[in-house]
Amino acid sequence: MADTIISVRGLTNCFGDQMIHENLDLDVKRGEILGVVGGSGTGKSVLMRSIIGLQIPQAGEIRVFDEGMIGKEEDEATDVRRRWGVLFQGGALFSTLTVAENVQVPLREFYPEFSREMIDEIARYKIHLSGLPADAAYKYPSELSGGMKKRAGLARALAMDPELLFLDEPTAGLDPIGAANFDNLTRELKETLGLTVFLITHDLDTLYAICDRVAVLADGKVIAVGPIDDLLATDHPWIKEYFSGPRGRTAKRGHAKPKNEAPKSGVDKQMIAGA
Amino acid sequence: MAKAAEFIEEKLPEGGTVLRVSGPMVIASINDLDTRLRSFSETINEIDLSAVTRMDTVGAWIIHRTAKDHDARISGATDHAKRLIDAVGETDEDAPLRISRPSSLVRFLTEVGDGIIVAGSTLLNFLGFVGQVVKAAFMLMLNPKRFRIHAVVQHFDMVGVRALGIVGLMSFLIGVVIAQQGAVQLRQFGAEVFTVNLIGRLTLRELGILMTAIMVAGRSGSAFAAQIGTMKITEEIDAMRTIGVVPVEALVVPRVLAAIIMMPLLGMYASLLSLIGGGLLCWIVLDIPPTTFIQRLREVTPLTDLYIGLIKAPVFGAIIAMAGCFQGMQVEGNSEQVGLKTTAAVVQAIFLVIVLDAIFAVFFSNIGWD
Repeated sequence: MADTIISVRGLTNCFGDQMIHENLDLDVKRGEILGVVGGSGTGKSVLMRSIIGLQIPQAGEIRVFDEGMIGKEEDEATDVRRRWGVLFQGGALFSTLTVAENVQVPLREFYPEFSREMIDEIARYKIHLSGLPADAAYKYPSELSGGMKKRAGLARALAMDPELLFLDEPTAGLDPIGAANFDNLTRELKETLGLTVFLITHDLDTLYAICDRVAVLADGKVIAVGPIDDLLATDHPWIKEYFSGPRGRTAKRGHAKPKNEAPKSGVDKQMIAGA
Repeated sequence: MAKAAEFIEEKLPEGGTVLRVSGPMVIASINDLDTRLRSFSETINEIDLSAVTRMDTVGAWIIHRTAKDHDARISGATDHAKRLIDAVGETDEDAPLRISRPSSLVRFLTEVGDGIIVAGSTLLNFLGFVGQVVKAAFMLMLNPKRFRIHAVVQHFDMVGVRALGIVGLMSFLIGVVIAQQGAVQLRQFGAEVFTVNLIGRLTLRELGILMTAIMVAGRSGSAFAAQIGTMKITEEIDAMRTIGVVPVEALVVPRVLAAIIMMPLLGMYASLLSLIGGGLLCWIVLDIPPTTFIQRLREVTPLTDLYIGLIKAPVFGAIIAMAGCFQGMQVEGNSEQVGLKTTAAVVQAIFLVIVLDAIFAVFFSNIGWD
């Protein structure tokens, strides 16, 4: 159980009479990058919001770090909350604060005993780790480009040295170069910091480049989960269309080589075992 | 997480100090370790990490910084710890986190200057906008087919019909308040009967229209700014332009026209309800029966008072609608702007209405309509 960071069982979400999730099960294992894909409206973001407690599901059980998350108020389960970081789609930076101040918000909230110098230093190296130039620190979100906003959001998500990182479409709206850079950054951070990453994406390149396993959402359930090569072998029409359409084929060609060079670590064995 | 990170210093027999760090060097167990290390006065030659159980970037940063400050060696680090320390060590430590701000005098002067420039350019832009609206109105007269009658009717509903409840209630209460205050004051001279003059003249000439204008500015002027501002952000207005629809014709003219037509009607209705409110109070408090009230009203209130109200109302309506649409068109960039511009629209509309009202008051007195 210790190797399962997130465990979702029997999750049911509906808005009005529209069923989003029906009896959905999903596990995220320690140290992996799990990509979540699915057509528009299949509830990828709702799944993430349910896990991090922004959406209260109708039924089901969600355990994060082996602690039940359903029914916890905002001020409860803070021990779990400080162990995860979330990057929202648009960055969700506080618009009245500079990037450095944004990064410092969680630190000030949870560790008021840290000195001002310490908080400044932490913000400075987090901004550096997120791949932002040093002069981004004193800029306001409105002065940043889309890609830089995402990086700043990532810096804030990493502020508390989380073990678990949620990324909601991190490469959406980025140009191909920016998207590839962001993928590399995610991979590097995951390896350096030992993160577990829950990643929602539409970007086939991201799936091929950095995801250890991919979960496919359709019909309110996870219809398949496993390394991308295993998914390619399944017969489900949607999966076939998704990965074998023109875009899927191009992405596969582009990543044919890096796949073999992927570092072999304990993580990979787990992921194969779990598949 | 129960155990805190700790360090002990150890003097080596051959000279020099070794710092032996132990426990989990992670954010949750640092506590005041950083502060204590910062105030550590002796020179450290070596930092021994062999007793560290876990490390994250915050721990790595503290080790890196301490090692750098004391020019100390790091020993006993695991591969993971080395990797973290290297990763955080690449940071440029002198990078500024804040921009130094100019002195308060300079900032004050800058703000005053900026304010003047903004006020001046807003005035010019507003005049330009009024010109655009007038031009668009003429173009529509030449091409009546392009005139959007449905939009105008829809705004009749929004500006006029839906405002009846709140404007009516407000005016009725204002009538009551004028009558009540007038009665109390005039009773001192035994001239309660002049309360009717007060109600009739004040309501028809000034307050009926003015209060309606303020209410319309708050209800509809703000709505215009918010609607058009949102359309600007969602690029609907750009889409219109590319399709060949002139936004001023499609969005602004119908709103302005609706406000011009609805304001006199709403103003009349408001004045009427004010008179009813005042009359009711006169009946109850001063024992002036309604028939007497109406008769006296007809004697003391000249018809010009009604004309004044009816002349002012469409002008106010035009100003309110144009201020709202103008501010909506000024929205650029993010959604925060919509809120700012909506506020600006209401403030500007009410300000302009009151300025114009003062000008009208002087004008009508001078032409003998008093």
